Amino acid sequence: MDLPTVWFVAIAVLWTGYFVLEGFDFGVGMLLPVLGRHRRAALAAIGPVWDGNEVWLITAIGAMFAAFPVWYAATLSGFYLPMLLVVLALIVRGVALEYRGKVDDPAWRARCDLGIVVGSVVPAFVWGVVFADLVRGVELGADGVVTSSLLDLLNPYALLGGVVTSTLFALHGAVFVALKTDGPARLVGRAAVRRIAPVAIVALTGFLAWTVADHGRAWTTAVAVAAVGLLVAGAVLAVRGREGWAFVATAVTIAALTVVLFGSLFPAVLPSLTDPAFDLTVANAASGPYTLGLLSWVGGIFLPVVIAYQSWSYWIFRKRVTA
Amino acid sequence: MDALDLSRWQFGITTIYHFLFVPLTIGLSVVVAALQTAWHRTKRPEYLRATKFFGKLFLINFAMGVVTGIVQEFQFGMNWSAYSTFVGDVFGAPLALEALLAFFLESTFIGLWIFGWDRLPKRVHLATIWLAAIGSNLSAFFILAANAWMRHPVGFVVDPPASPLGTAGRARLTDIVAVLTNPQAISTYVHVLGASFVVAGLFVVAVSAIRIMRGGEREMFRRTMRVGLATTAVAGIVVALSGHNQAQLMAQYSPMKLAAAEALWQTEQPAGFSLFAIGDIEGSRNHLNVQIPYLLSFLATDTFSAPVEGITELQAQSVAQYGPGDYVPNVPVLYWAFRLMMGLGMAGVGIGVAGLWLTRRGRLPEQRWMYRLAIAALPAALAANIFGWVLTEVGRQPWTVVGELLTAASVSPGVSLVEVAISLAAFTALYGALAVVEARLLWRYVKAGPEPAEPAVEKPDLLPSFGY
Repeated sequence: MDLPTVWFVAIAVLWTGYFVLEGFDFGVGMLLPVLGRHRRAALAAIGPVWDGNEVWLITAIGAMFAAFPVWYAATLSGFYLPMLLVVLALIVRGVALEYRGKVDDPAWRARCDLGIVVGSVVPAFVWGVVFADLVRGVELGADGVVTSSLLDLLNPYALLGGVVTSTLFALHGAVFVALKTDGPARLVGRAAVRRIAPVAIVALTGFLAWTVADHGRAWTTAVAVAAVGLLVAGAVLAVRGREGWAFVATAVTIAALTVVLFGSLFPAVLPSLTDPAFDLTVANAASGPYTLGLLSWVGGIFLPVVIAYQSWSYWIFRKRVTA
Repeated sequence: MDALDLSRWQFGITTIYHFLFVPLTIGLSVVVAALQTAWHRTKRPEYLRATKFFGKLFLINFAMGVVTGIVQEFQFGMNWSAYSTFVGDVFGAPLALEALLAFFLESTFIGLWIFGWDRLPKRVHLATIWLAAIGSNLSAFFILAANAWMRHPVGFVVDPPASPLGTAGRARLTDIVAVLTNPQAISTYVHVLGASFVVAGLFVVAVSAIRIMRGGEREMFRRTMRVGLATTAVAGIVVALSGHNQAQLMAQYSPMKLAAAEALWQTEQPAGFSLFAIGDIEGSRNHLNVQIPYLLSFLATDTFSAPVEGITELQAQSVAQYGPGDYVPNVPVLYWAFRLMMGLGMAGVGIGVAGLWLTRRGRLPEQRWMYRLAIAALPAALAANIFGWVLTEVGRQPWTVVGELLTAASVSPGVSLVEVAISLAAFTALYGALAVVEARLLWRYVKAGPEPAEPAVEKPDLLPSFGY
């Protein structure tokens, strides 16, 4: 495997980490309206870890900037308004999460809750739209400038992608609530799983079938089938009270979805609908071997360290939160 | 107005706003860690109360720093795609390193610190705040190395457009050590860290002054005020020394910035330091210029007689080197930013030093105006930080990467005026609203004061306002 390919895989890993980890804290945020008086317990469960989860995004974007500057630049400028929405939502969400418990006042908490819900729904949906569009391709000229309009970006395939990520994250969050709380809150989480799972399964199946039909390879097809199977298994396990395994299943489902998306892209990183000759590819969008080698050394040494201390942090807060 | 102008405004507004929180995060994380260490060593309960009190204020500020920092990493690609494409191979590396080596550390351990009071052994819990503080201070190094590279690019080549390499037409990193040991990077890091600790010190001073003025806990807040004053004084020395070094590097690497910041239209030998000038930009001259003789020569070169090049000569040199164009940055903005940075910074540090004297050996002044002055030092120091960045960034114009890429050629070609107008309006409105929320929350906690002392034997319980 050459260095650009290694870094394509590394960036896929970082996005996978981001979606798996922030996926559940987006889910918890999205579920606040149905959590009622269990909101505080659910938020306390993501409290120690959500900010660390979000750094996976910062690292994924930073790695794209360093390893594939042309991809980074074309994507962020080409998806200007969707990216703006994500950033604004993450700002509101972060502040609302951190400030919610700082004032003991129902009106204050209600405003913060609104910020958390909106700040979770918007990025959960928009990331699905963006990644579906990355796989589908955009209007992209020889100059590497994306000319797709916002309406082009909101095509049916991309919108379905948004439905997939948002329902999948909501389900992942519901499983997390059931896993990390006790008593009635756990039952609320389980009930949410029951309601979200059918929608998430149908949306994921439809989206992956569409993806495989247009961009399928033997191995991505196999991963796609596994993703759907795992999601069904996860939902069943959650409803039966086996939340630990259910959480593993939804996490692996999200990982599998990300793998299918990146696997369908490769070797392009941003396909051009204008003319395949203008595709941004792993080869023509990458940095030089010196930078990629440097990133490989640093990433190879320190990413395991990061994973180790983040895992330790999850271990410290492993107990169920009691309301 | 075009997308370029609005993108510049947006970058300026969002970055300055971000930097209102950064110095406090950098400095206050260490102050809080030091207070907790003092508690750990002495077991005196007032240190624990001070840790928790300033810890909460720190966290209110920290959240704003984190969320406004996200914008920066997206903004390069969103608004400056031509720049990002050109520099990503070099400039992206420190950003990726920052995320991997510093942000993970900071975020993970701050989470452990906030929620770990009753779950971690005391020593381990103390280590978490130190690790978070190290993360914050480390992140500043990487981002400043990236910024310094734009002013004084080193350790790279630009591959010609016809190059068979995938990096044709782009800058390509050849030496990361050169980028990380760039003299501008190290000098700027020391200067910015010093300035951040001045702000953090004066924040502690201001909060302590408010508490003392409100009549509570005089002994405890006299002590924290001394911590803040000492931090300010020591950091002030670092800022002054590194500032002198910065001026010399500016003379060496960015002579145009120095000339513009001095409104020095013609080369002078020896050159005086201007205190006050009223100029005519079209005519490239000053109507009035009050100078301290020889001082600029000394600041720039350590000798009293060396020449300092003027704007007119430097413009001619740039035209000869880079072709026709206007290579003069905005002179009045730079001139006043330079003076306001130094003046307000020195005023803040001066108040810190005076305060140290006034609070010596258990003393505490009774005059309320002294406390008001001490409180005013905080906004002065923050403003000095901001003017420092205005000097740095405006002084680099018309370049984003000096000698390599013009700002006008850096903007995203595919992003429209309307799109940038939408984002600029959205950021400005949201940031304005959040500033009000943050300031009111800080005030609420300052007004409420620290939690009452707990019985000595009981283990410190998780405070509700720390969690959610």
